[in-house]
Amino acid sequence: MAGAATATMPWWSRRRGANMREAELVPQTRLSGPMPWVIAIMVALTVIASAAGLALHNAAAAASAELRGGVTVQIVEALPEKRAREAQAAVRRLGEMPEVGAVRLVPEQELGSLIEPWLGSEPDAVDAEAVPVPALIDARIAGEVTGARLAAIQRALADVAPSARVDAQSTWLKPVLDAIESLQWLAIALVALLALALAAAVLLSVRSALGTNRDTIEVVHLLGGTDAQIARVFVRATALEAAVGGLLGMLLAVVVVLFLARRFGSLGAGMVDQGALDWLDWAMLGLVPVVAVLLAMLTARLTVMRSLRKIL
Amino acid sequence: MNQAADGEIIHFDNVGLRYGTDREVLSDVSFTLFPGSFYFLTGTSGAGKTSLLKLLYLAQRPSRGMIRMFGADAITLPRERLPALRRRLGVVFQDFRLVPHLSAFDNVALPLRVAGVPERDIVKPVADMLEWVGLGDRMPARPATLSGGEQQRVAIARAVIGRPDILVADEPTGNVDPDMAVKLLRLFEALNRLGTTVVVATHDVHLLQKVPDCLIMRLDKGRLSDPTGALRYPPRRRMAPAPGEQGEAEAGNGL
Repeated sequence: MAGAATATMPWWSRRRGANMREAELVPQTRLSGPMPWVIAIMVALTVIASAAGLALHNAAAAASAELRGGVTVQIVEALPEKRAREAQAAVRRLGEMPEVGAVRLVPEQELGSLIEPWLGSEPDAVDAEAVPVPALIDARIAGEVTGARLAAIQRALADVAPSARVDAQSTWLKPVLDAIESLQWLAIALVALLALALAAAVLLSVRSALGTNRDTIEVVHLLGGTDAQIARVFVRATALEAAVGGLLGMLLAVVVVLFLARRFGSLGAGMVDQGALDWLDWAMLGLVPVVAVLLAMLTARLTVMRSLRKIL
Repeated sequence: MNQAADGEIIHFDNVGLRYGTDREVLSDVSFTLFPGSFYFLTGTSGAGKTSLLKLLYLAQRPSRGMIRMFGADAITLPRERLPALRRRLGVVFQDFRLVPHLSAFDNVALPLRVAGVPERDIVKPVADMLEWVGLGDRMPARPATLSGGEQQRVAIARAVIGRPDILVADEPTGNVDPDMAVKLLRLFEALNRLGTTVVVATHDVHLLQKVPDCLIMRLDKGRLSDPTGALRYPPRRRMAPAPGEQGEAEAGNGL
């Protein structure tokens, strides 16, 4: 029956389905305007900002996990023999403490390489007597390093190594982690602002389209068209523009992020390497264009419904 | 034909309309429209015919008074319920108001599509209707490529395609030749015989002679007079058919 009816349709109506019919209630711009490009730029910037935020998060999380539970004991004693004696005693005492999991006296060679950038590597360049270097003990304790636990370790070492100074390793990186946290918040704020800008761009575009098609919309209204029917037309057009723009923006952003990842990766710095994005991060970035399309559709619908309420 | 059935479909009570702070363009307008009647709304230019029709097809709310339509209070009716009422109306706008980017076929199909009629039930009636108004070969044409008379016929076809309960037409024969004007009036009469209440606004007094048993509402400076008793129930008097018109009326059909 439907086939027979289709056969009787004029040729100009045969090709299009019911959804297309509704879409034609107002003329469609069909990607000819600037909206897809605006959305592409917004999505690209959002993906890049999100990728930066995620990379910073990964780097900070990896550094925090590495330093969590880490305690450094410095034996600050000018006399080398006394320093070595106290260091050995401190290692033994730490090893006897149940909450300490691992203790390692940092070898002098390793210490030398740590200070090499500042004091040089020539044996005669540094007078060990004139510039005493503290002995370092690297200890791992279970759980969070708190001020009370540091004080307890300090007390336990007081009698065998009075020159010992106990520090949580995380305190060394705290300023860096704080800076990273600020950058993460900046990335989140950028993403929020870009979402607002995208919504504003869609709002202006839809308002302009409503103004251009005001007569047609009035006629459709007077013929019994509902606000929802008219809104669907605009939402569908906006979704198409946003989808194309989102895809373009995502492709552009992926190229940029991979390029930056390669450049940063070649630095060979540990903390930068740890900021690499994993598959879950990429999945989250892949959601950006989807969210952009949904945001654009929601904005379009709210804009149209709000505007139509002003018409009888 | 034109026997007023029990009940009313539209009732205006002491309706006034003003645009902004200007003087009222309609004052103290009260009337009742009954199912299956054929009304002419006459008056000079500026008398308020189009304003009254705007109230009738729910394009405007009055400044005062009460309008009841199909049993519902059209003044306080929520916006969400207006489309259902509007789908029971067919409107021929004075300026046609065809959708410029749609073909003649799609313009006529528009009320059916808006009402959610399946596409298979649209094609044949629309094609037949356009054939009937003499535009069978102009179905794919956009309004801009149609003459004024052709546009008017498309507008009329669009207004009647959904078999409305009320047909409201604002100067529907203004741009067509006399033969087509008579043909279109026959279409309105045929619809009227099927139960559609017809309200035609015109300043062409000759048109009134062509429809036997029509009822006349006359507007003068925004106030309504009732020369045929059309606004009373039961109507006081019907207009007698013009000599020779009855046979023509019987011959005219199309639906």
